[in-house]
Amino acid sequence: MAIIIDENTKAIVQGITGYQGSFHAKRMLDYGTNIVGGVTPGKGGMEVHGIPVFNTVKEAVEETSANASVIFVPPAFASDAVFEAVDSGIEVVVCITEGIPVHDELKLYWKVREKNAVLIGPNCPGIISPGKSHLGIMPYEIFKEGSVGIVSRSGTLTYQIAYNLTNFGIGQSTVVGIGGDRIIGSDFIDILKKFEKDDQTEIVVLVGEIGGADEENAAEFIASEMSKPVVGYIAGITAPPGKRMGHAGAIIEGGKGTAESKIKALEKAGVRVGRTPFEVAEIVRDLYKK
Amino acid sequence: MKLYEYQAKEFFSKHGIKIPKSKLATDVNEVEEIAKELGKVVLKSQVLVGGRGKAGGILKAQDVSEAVEKAKELFGKDIKGFRVEKILVEEMLDIEREMYVGITLDRANKGIVIILSSVGGMDIEEIAIKHPDKISKKVVSPVWGLRDYQIRELLYESGMPKEYFKEVSSIIKKLYEIFVKYEAELTEINPLVVTRSGEILAADGRLNIDDNALYRQKEMAERRELAGSKLEIEAEEKGINYVKLDGNIGVIANGAGMSMSTMDLIYLEGGKPANFLDIGGGASAELVETSINLITSDPSVRVVFINIFGGITRCDVVAEGLIKAFNKIKIDIPVVLRLAGTNEEEGKEMIAEFMKSSDVKLYMVDTMEEGAKKAVELSGGV
Repeated sequence: MAIIIDENTKAIVQGITGYQGSFHAKRMLDYGTNIVGGVTPGKGGMEVHGIPVFNTVKEAVEETSANASVIFVPPAFASDAVFEAVDSGIEVVVCITEGIPVHDELKLYWKVREKNAVLIGPNCPGIISPGKSHLGIMPYEIFKEGSVGIVSRSGTLTYQIAYNLTNFGIGQSTVVGIGGDRIIGSDFIDILKKFEKDDQTEIVVLVGEIGGADEENAAEFIASEMSKPVVGYIAGITAPPGKRMGHAGAIIEGGKGTAESKIKALEKAGVRVGRTPFEVAEIVRDLYKK
Repeated sequence: MKLYEYQAKEFFSKHGIKIPKSKLATDVNEVEEIAKELGKVVLKSQVLVGGRGKAGGILKAQDVSEAVEKAKELFGKDIKGFRVEKILVEEMLDIEREMYVGITLDRANKGIVIILSSVGGMDIEEIAIKHPDKISKKVVSPVWGLRDYQIRELLYESGMPKEYFKEVSSIIKKLYEIFVKYEAELTEINPLVVTRSGEILAADGRLNIDDNALYRQKEMAERRELAGSKLEIEAEEKGINYVKLDGNIGVIANGAGMSMSTMDLIYLEGGKPANFLDIGGGASAELVETSINLITSDPSVRVVFINIFGGITRCDVVAEGLIKAFNKIKIDIPVVLRLAGTNEEEGKEMIAEFMKSSDVKLYMVDTMEEGAKKAVELSGGV
């Protein structure tokens, strides 16, 4: 098994005729992801990399019975694209778009929940179940099928840690980039719950950063609900308060959301926190040796 | 974007929230004119930073000559790194009571949180510690909006005196309207004052708007003034995520997480980063070139550490930008470079070829941990 996506996932790409949409649709296809269609309003009837393009998601779902969607739509239209996806019956929505207004994201969150769908992102690198399916923009070459689940707020750090693991010969079950915005569709706890139930996942790596209290909340969940070992990493020890560190969500506000408080909370919950991305991989390797 | 107090109050007033009489001054003469009109005044420096009162940014004047004297003191003064160029001259209020009302995003509950306190004047964390029984919070659904019963709960739970219920309730509604209409991240009235004559006024105001919404918040976008250090402003104009820090190792990385992690590694090795600079995903050669220029124009930078893990970003494109920058400007300080990921081989070959005929002190490393160590060593300590 894997979580959220696997070999049975049938995906469409919203914004497939755009520069990023077209490029990454090709890469996902090359990886073996079952991409069955694309959507760009006004471009229905076209083909991109041999994939049919539809004008609406509704039409795409009717014609292809897709159950997942990856969104490469500019920020001003991305929120509408997510609404369209879930209202058309799509169950898993991965929204890559960065820069969506936060008031839109608030509404998105509740819309997706109302439809019992899963939203990954926005402002995320996507999700990969190595060897099965990839929805997003990850450099899939560095991943390897295995039993470590990764959930992360940062794209590049995810790559770095997965790369270190793969170099040790350790593969991954599913890797989820949940995104760097303040309001995201799925948080750490949503993903941890799924890893806990997944029979392929043996160890979970949680990659967090400054801002908000998601890591602290995750720590409570880990202490009370997780039977599988969790290894952590938190970026931003040296981040100054009040400054946004690249991600909309990475900001220490009112003295809250520091790396220190997150590391403390995780360690208290029994999570071993690596000080560097390399150390995270070493800890995982040691856990396997035991 | 953060609005200045005078701008926030302009929007409050427009939506029917009463504010004290005040005018903005940009020089001492203007202060004098306004003080003649208002009498006893408070001079409030307009800087985009909290805690300006404690930092000496708010001064009281009993008459015109004192106002002039204080204005001379205030103009040009440095308040927590911000230079005072504008002063809001405001009538001095006869204050009976101070209260607090604030609205912000609630990340944990995915909603909008309204905070009301029947005492005010200090920051909200302090109120929460000192007067937990005077403060009340409600999470509002972004779908259903603010309900009247929630306002009633806020009023009762904050211990608000009954005689203020009607007016405060109307202020909460108006502030919520502003929060939603202008897509704010935060808006706050602190203090919300009751004067001895019984008027309730917003004596101070904050309004922060979501940058991502500025494309459709034209009224706000027009008022935008970039703030921060010179290099921070330059970076923002060019679309680079840059934050100035107080160390001496310049950091360039791709992705927010990677950039933060690189800073942290430097710190763990005993060094101090001079900045945070994220070139983002899929950076062009021009952006890389601009980033190098930006970092090296900071005189405190003694060594640069470039840490790239290419996914969407291509190492050969990064190499191209670096070479362009090295060819254009003379870089005397050492540069530590780590290139990994997409098109790593191509990028490394380009750099190796360039180094044959260049005297740039470039050190190639294989991992980010190794790079941080090398950079700290070359920086010669903190």
